Amino acid sequence: MLANILVTTLVNAAAYAMLAVGFSLIFGVGRIINLAHTAYYMLAGFSIYTLVATAGCPAAPAVLLTIALITVIAVLCYKLLIDPMREHETTVLIITIALALVFQELMLKYFGGQFRSVPSLARGFFVILGVQVTRQHALTCMVLVLILGAVWLLLQKTRLGLAIRATAQDKEVANLMGMDVSRIAAITAAISAALAATAGALVAPLNILEPHMWLHPLTIILAIVVLGGLGSIKGSILGAVIIALSESLVIFLLPQGSFLKGAFSLLIMIIVLLIRPEGLFGVALEGER
Amino acid sequence: MIRDMMGRIYRNFKGEILVLPGRTLALLVGLAIFIAPLLTRDIYILRIITLTSIFAVFAASWDLLSGFVGQLNLGHALFFGVAAYTSAMLNLYLKLPPLLTIPLGAIAAVAAGLAIGIPCLRLKGQYLSLATLAFPIILKGVVYIFKQYTGGELGVSGISRLAGSRLAECYIALLLGVSLCLLIWKITDSKLGLIFHAIREDEIAARASGINTTAYKLLAFCLSGLFAGIAGGFYAHYMRLAGPSMLDVMLSFQAIIWTIFGGIATVYGAVTGVVILFPLMEVMRAFPEIRMLFFAVTIVIVLRFMPEGVAPWFLDRVEKECPRCKERNAFTRRNCRVCRTLLIAGKEVSAGTEGQTGHPTD
Repeated sequence: MLANILVTTLVNAAAYAMLAVGFSLIFGVGRIINLAHTAYYMLAGFSIYTLVATAGCPAAPAVLLTIALITVIAVLCYKLLIDPMREHETTVLIITIALALVFQELMLKYFGGQFRSVPSLARGFFVILGVQVTRQHALTCMVLVLILGAVWLLLQKTRLGLAIRATAQDKEVANLMGMDVSRIAAITAAISAALAATAGALVAPLNILEPHMWLHPLTIILAIVVLGGLGSIKGSILGAVIIALSESLVIFLLPQGSFLKGAFSLLIMIIVLLIRPEGLFGVALEGER
Repeated sequence: MIRDMMGRIYRNFKGEILVLPGRTLALLVGLAIFIAPLLTRDIYILRIITLTSIFAVFAASWDLLSGFVGQLNLGHALFFGVAAYTSAMLNLYLKLPPLLTIPLGAIAAVAAGLAIGIPCLRLKGQYLSLATLAFPIILKGVVYIFKQYTGGELGVSGISRLAGSRLAECYIALLLGVSLCLLIWKITDSKLGLIFHAIREDEIAARASGINTTAYKLLAFCLSGLFAGIAGGFYAHYMRLAGPSMLDVMLSFQAIIWTIFGGIATVYGAVTGVVILFPLMEVMRAFPEIRMLFFAVTIVIVLRFMPEGVAPWFLDRVEKECPRCKERNAFTRRNCRVCRTLLIAGKEVSAGTEGQTGHPTD
């Protein structure tokens, strides 16, 4: 039981952290609440399904191809639909919802609404401390942690990362310092989508695949991001761990827990917000009015 | 005496409505909707008209809180659902008539507004929006747990009807919809509306001017909850069902989509959005496969080219704002109908016209 809880928590936390970090990045740099973020995750799941189960492509190239494909789609959407609307905050919100709906409906049309499962990218299992851990779980977890580390390095150690952080902190000053703010925002959108696509590609074999699967993770990552502090990468990761842990505790320990998993995570978010209105690691955006 | 009064009404009608193409069009569409039920008696059309008026109130109530006060509420379905469940359960278990259950449901929605408003007003901006998103989802979880009272996924069904016939229900809904939307419009046009605008534009400045922003934001939550609650209770009695779909994330998003599609922070925009999109989507039920796709694509394309919404875009085309006195004028006029200022700014500035300093602002 305990081991089950731990394994589920780890995998979910890694996947949620990937999604939440991407969401946080584009929010920080572009002040865009991208509600289509988890739709990219859903698209990646379907892309992996098509490539592996239908076309018989081996796992590694399928994952890479998926990530590339989703990133291109996301950047196109960003450049054509979101970027020109940036001044109208609420309009951006609606456009991203509508985009998510477009993706959902396209997938419904081509794949139908039935539940599907993707074959594991790695078969077999091994035993740690008397617990069966499938290779797929271990692989997902490891890759996700590695990528999160890579993103962390990118943000902290490279010039691009510095530019992204500077733009997130103050767009106008960053612009005055000679950074191409709109290009940085586009790059951030690409990174963010690539992270969502990676999460989708790796988590898809563990979950059931269907076109509505973006809505639940969306509410969860919104909770995580708010919990951790909007725009904070550290906060997103910690928030992901907290929410994933609470979710698996509710599912495993409460009767009818799966009905409550969303409600419980959101309750935690609200409690944290009441104590710390700007989230765990949030910067109070007081200068922005 | 009577002739005098009629004359005044006619002059007001001519001077306030017929001079502006937007208002004339709204009046014509409104009249057409009022007459349509008498002409067809088709149950399907009656249903579309009834639901359109209910959702117009729902969207306008979202606009009041989110458009005017700027407290972007992503969980507006909470008010709708709370009122629908309250009305339905009061009606089913206590056998109260709809005339009592709908106001009681609306009061429950106001209570919900207070319950989420008081804790959430510590939050600012996007934090507030994302926190409000959570409440309907949490309540939905609660609904699923107390299955024996709420019916779980099936909802509370078998509640009493509003009126004897569908036609009567349709007219009740229309009258209620029109009067509530006008009431919301009046509120936003009053001093209260001015305070709401001030809070949205600059909360710190509003507070510095002696406005108790917290109290007013709470008032906005309650008012918005009240109107959304009336719509919710009405909807429950019309559908004779209160189900978990009324607490759905998609319902909250619908209110936002309708309002922003029509034009945010203008009550008429919210109503326009519903009047255009809701019947359109009902007609599209004939093509169930592409219905949602069509909906989403329409919204993306329309908002891509009219980011302010359909109604303001249209009004900008057919009406011009006088640069001096800010009165609106039909696009055909050369001079302002009130102060005679030349309207065609920039093209020809004749010597005699003063007050050409400011350009028309949008």
